[in-house]
Amino acid sequence: MNLSDLVFIVTALITVTAAVGVVGFKNIVHSALSLVLSFLGVAALYFQLQAGFLGLVQILVYAGAVSVLIIFAIMLVMDKDPDESNRSHAKQKYWGGLIALLVTLGLGAAIGSTIWPQSSGSLPEDSVGALATLLLGDYVVAFEVAALLLLVAVVGAIILAKGAGEHD
Amino acid sequence: MLSDYSTIGIFLMLTLAFPLAAMGMAWAVRPKPKCKPDDEKLLPYECGVDTIGRTWSRFKVNYFLYALVFLAFDVETIFLFPWAVKFSQLGLFAFVEMLLFIGILLIGLWYAWKEGALEWH
Repeated sequence: MNLSDLVFIVTALITVTAAVGVVGFKNIVHSALSLVLSFLGVAALYFQLQAGFLGLVQILVYAGAVSVLIIFAIMLVMDKDPDESNRSHAKQKYWGGLIALLVTLGLGAAIGSTIWPQSSGSLPEDSVGALATLLLGDYVVAFEVAALLLLVAVVGAIILAKGAGEHD
Repeated sequence: MLSDYSTIGIFLMLTLAFPLAAMGMAWAVRPKPKCKPDDEKLLPYECGVDTIGRTWSRFKVNYFLYALVFLAFDVETIFLFPWAVKFSQLGLFAFVEMLLFIGILLIGLWYAWKEGALEWH
């Protein structure tokens, strides 16, 4: 076992433990914070696979923005005893566990039975740079449409939260 | 050979070790209390006014608006990043494209401003 395997095992352990914590914590805020740790662990795995840009997106979008949204959504609806806010259901937790087990087995079987072709090419030296050249060169229209999409998202979010035409 | 990403890992370990070392050092040199800490000692504030009512309560929707606007500009950052990495090689055309990109998103900021989403009532 070399250093790279050791790093993988540590990051995978952190990720999975944090994911179990999301389900296990009684306080839903602790669950959300555990989810952030899990996201960061996934980002670390991306970095380890030399997918730097993907890891960056994972940190910015998931660990940054999505977790902020989740925590703010919890803050909006928090109306219970915090220590009982993420209680597991007496019966349904067994169904949930069963479904999770089936999903794991199904995915495992699918991954195990797939033949993964090994790419013969070497890893690109500068994946972010290549992405920039493509994004601002050949795919510039898609790039600007993404800005429009974000604009629509901002406007839609404000209208949803405040109501259209209401000025208070 | 260390790749660029192991530098991140080393930094991460340093940032984990630093607060742990600081707290461990403080624990090692501080005077230990002889008696068990009582309720007064364990209060979150040693001075000032205690909070009234539950501290776990619903928050205003304004927080959520900030979060949503933040989300959009956070995604914008992702698009800015490859452009910033390659800035010197991309030239004027890419610069104009990025100005357009930021301009479109500034309309969103202007709209949020106009609708009072950034105001605190």
